[in-house]
Amino acid sequence: MTALEHDPQAGPDSPGLGRRGFLGWVMAGTTLVVAADLGLSRTAAGAAIPSGPQVPEIYDLEDLQTDAALPTANLITVTINRDGTASFALPRMEVGQGIVTSTAMILAEELDLPVEKVKVSLAPARPELLFNQLTGGSNTTFSTFTPIRVAAAVARRRLLEAAAIQLGTTVDRLTTTGGIISDTLGNTVTYGDLATSAASQVVEAVEVLLKSKADYQVIGKPRNRTDARDAVTGKKKFTTDLDVPGALPTMVCRPPEHQGSPRRVRNKAQVLKMPGVTHVAMVDTGVAVRARTFGQCIDAVRALEVDWNRGTASGESDQTVLAKLKAQELPMVVPEVPVLAEQVDTRFEFMFRSSAALEPYAAIADVRADRAEVWAGLKAPIVAQGNIAAATGLRQDQVKVNVVTGGGSFGHKLFGDHAIEAAKVSKAMGVPVKLMWHRVDEPRQGRLHPMATSRVRATVLAGQVLSFEQRHTSVTTDFSHGLGEMITSLADELPTGLGGLGFAETIFTLTQELPYNFGVVTQLLNEPLEFEDKFSTGSMRNIYSPDTCVAAELTIDLLARKAGKDPLQFRLDHVKNKRVRAVLEKVKKEGRWGRPMPEGMAQGVALHKEYKGATAVLVEIDCRPRTVERDLGKETYTGPRVTKAVIAVDCGLVVNPRGVEAQMQGGFMDGLAMTLSASNHLRDGRFLEGSWDNYFYTRQWNVPPEGVEVHIVESDSDTPGGIGEAAVGSSAAAVACAYARATGTLPTRFPINHGQVRFKPKSFVPSMPPSPTDGLKKTY
Amino acid sequence: MPKQTFILNGKPVTVNVNDDVRVLWVLRDLLGVTGPKYGCGINVCKACTSHINGKAFNPCSVRVGDLEKTDKVTTIEGLPATVGARGDDLHPMQEAWLELDVAQCGYCQPGQIMAAVALVKKVRREGREITEADLDRIRNVCRCGTYVRIREAIEKGARAMR
Repeated sequence: MTALEHDPQAGPDSPGLGRRGFLGWVMAGTTLVVAADLGLSRTAAGAAIPSGPQVPEIYDLEDLQTDAALPTANLITVTINRDGTASFALPRMEVGQGIVTSTAMILAEELDLPVEKVKVSLAPARPELLFNQLTGGSNTTFSTFTPIRVAAAVARRRLLEAAAIQLGTTVDRLTTTGGIISDTLGNTVTYGDLATSAASQVVEAVEVLLKSKADYQVIGKPRNRTDARDAVTGKKKFTTDLDVPGALPTMVCRPPEHQGSPRRVRNKAQVLKMPGVTHVAMVDTGVAVRARTFGQCIDAVRALEVDWNRGTASGESDQTVLAKLKAQELPMVVPEVPVLAEQVDTRFEFMFRSSAALEPYAAIADVRADRAEVWAGLKAPIVAQGNIAAATGLRQDQVKVNVVTGGGSFGHKLFGDHAIEAAKVSKAMGVPVKLMWHRVDEPRQGRLHPMATSRVRATVLAGQVLSFEQRHTSVTTDFSHGLGEMITSLADELPTGLGGLGFAETIFTLTQELPYNFGVVTQLLNEPLEFEDKFSTGSMRNIYSPDTCVAAELTIDLLARKAGKDPLQFRLDHVKNKRVRAVLEKVKKEGRWGRPMPEGMAQGVALHKEYKGATAVLVEIDCRPRTVERDLGKETYTGPRVTKAVIAVDCGLVVNPRGVEAQMQGGFMDGLAMTLSASNHLRDGRFLEGSWDNYFYTRQWNVPPEGVEVHIVESDSDTPGGIGEAAVGSSAAAVACAYARATGTLPTRFPINHGQVRFKPKSFVPSMPPSPTDGLKKTY
Repeated sequence: MPKQTFILNGKPVTVNVNDDVRVLWVLRDLLGVTGPKYGCGINVCKACTSHINGKAFNPCSVRVGDLEKTDKVTTIEGLPATVGARGDDLHPMQEAWLELDVAQCGYCQPGQIMAAVALVKKVRREGREITEADLDRIRNVCRCGTYVRIREAIEKGARAMR
């Protein structure tokens, strides 16, 4: 069968078309300050809709986030300093994904300045940016690529004009390299020398052309992170490392049940007398303690006697939630298919997972009667600013929100829970606080990826798939971090009739893209209303796709078997376009697909298309008893081991290949954990997991010993796609497919080890475990 | 309040604090040495890994009162000096981390590097080199999933630690 191949995304910006001029501004200032509109990122969504595509092929979550920013007409500025450096405050948050480095590279490219001379910082909350300060949906580089280049091009042009005057020549006789402007006679002047003379008294509009892809010197070349040295020397500052005067360590004694609340503190006076303790205050989420050290906070929290109200999921367990989800699954619309067609029906369950980073939720807050200042890792600082204002009774303009680099996010820091709580505690105590969640607080009270089920029904006749229907049913996903507001703002303007759907359904529709020609394809989401506010949820390094991809790809393996075809060949026979074909072909070759494996081992392959890119993953898994039962001591879950992974990615224009490789490898580790090991168990309204010794995120003993190979496939796209989440779904699915092939059983619940509670849950009252004292016996 | 004295990154320090406060908080909250990170507080995640008398330990699980005056505590900040590095020079393991561009968010990396250095020294004391099994047993959590580059960096750093 020859698959219909089309790629509507290779549209108006394809190479070969004329370069567009862009408008930027020279701002008034004492040194050169230039600006560009953040809304420059894209032109309107294409009007021509080829037959058969799903919504994300024409208009996806990237486009929605980018379009939501269009009307704000607000400016990002680049400043040229007298020391020859350029500085830029990025209205996004660095959480490890490498955007500070890639942004510096993009600026350096267009400025002709060494990357080392470009200083990128994180902008504080800028409410005037409305939707344009959300870090999520792998959108940063996609949405900021063009505006940042325009600003840099304006600066370079302005510097050239100033140099022409100073050197008594014309701009066309000047060249720029490494921050130095030279004329044909060998006279030179540096950007630093010109920073003042190039400055403007008035705001001036300037039209510029951008460098074309063929001229890139910096973009596309591997580059190490600009903050790497600070990270390996311990100098990199995270929220709790900041020294804000008077902001003493603060922790919260939390309820035993998920989202419970305190009713009464019985021994406040006693706890106030404990060593180091300065304040005890009740807030809606628990009882906060402020002390000289965090260790003394832990001791005080353990001593607190608190009466608790029940939580929002009181009485619920995994089984009760699963039963409710099952009852709400949307029906399939069985299409008309020939009587001889065979039907494949699958159903999969995905457990709650914790999106917590290694840096727990932490925030510094100093709330006064007439103003507040907060420091925290926040991916949606404007939303947090509004929430803090509401929680403290201040106006939004009285709240200053400083964005601090985060120790990981994975969706967790989309929400301002930590910053809002810190502000409430500071207000209640009347002093500045440095709030930090204990590790146990994270899986029990922190954000979770919602539990979900995914059903697939497909029909196949003579090796051809006639229909493919998927019904995803999920506990409510919280999008109140701003993505929801974006959708509301665009509801009437969204193409393809998306406007009538709710937030979650809209996001689902914008992100789901089955990259195969499978006849009639429908993918629908239902998030039953009864789960609203029951659980603290959110995205977790991708939204729905890891789960839907696992369900779809496992089903595709079954379809291939029905058709009597090799799973990889079957996929190649059905791929929708050349980008997905290319990544699949790449892993087939590099991963030596089909090579003989011993019994109990197998290869698995999966494909995922989202965020304007495509990712294929091929893994080899070892499910032999001697591997599965490896005993590496207590607190150690071993299980089946992926021995090798090969990833091929087409993520559009690559800014920093080394960063892309890092994101693919990291995304793989997340996918691996989602399929094999990491979940939260809900029992009677409480989550059992309390730390990394029972929430089994990937550890060294789970890492593929033969490595995670990343191949970046040549792309014909001129714009960068998203990479932060791109590898997660296909990795999770490839591991699941390999596991099914190695064991000859179809796994239907993820992670596969869920239900085997092999640990003693840490105490719920007190809400924190004691700090150990035997560290000197464990040295090596 | 008792006086606690020990040697931190080559210099004697004295802090007034109760015996039962864990060393991690003495370092971070009282001395402002923030390289060792908090990730669990119960010796599971290993983000606070530092050295005591040249061996890896987790200060979240040691009472400051259990330190002797002569105990030498080394955090990531003091690691370069242990190999006589001056100025901006780094320990070979840190250099390997830079060459392989290991860090993503960076939160766990001080602990990872301190654990790696101790591991190399441990296997050398045993008269051997790092094996795959040694790497598998490293317990430091990296939630960004930089594990592959960590393994490569340890092998590279070990070669340079001659």
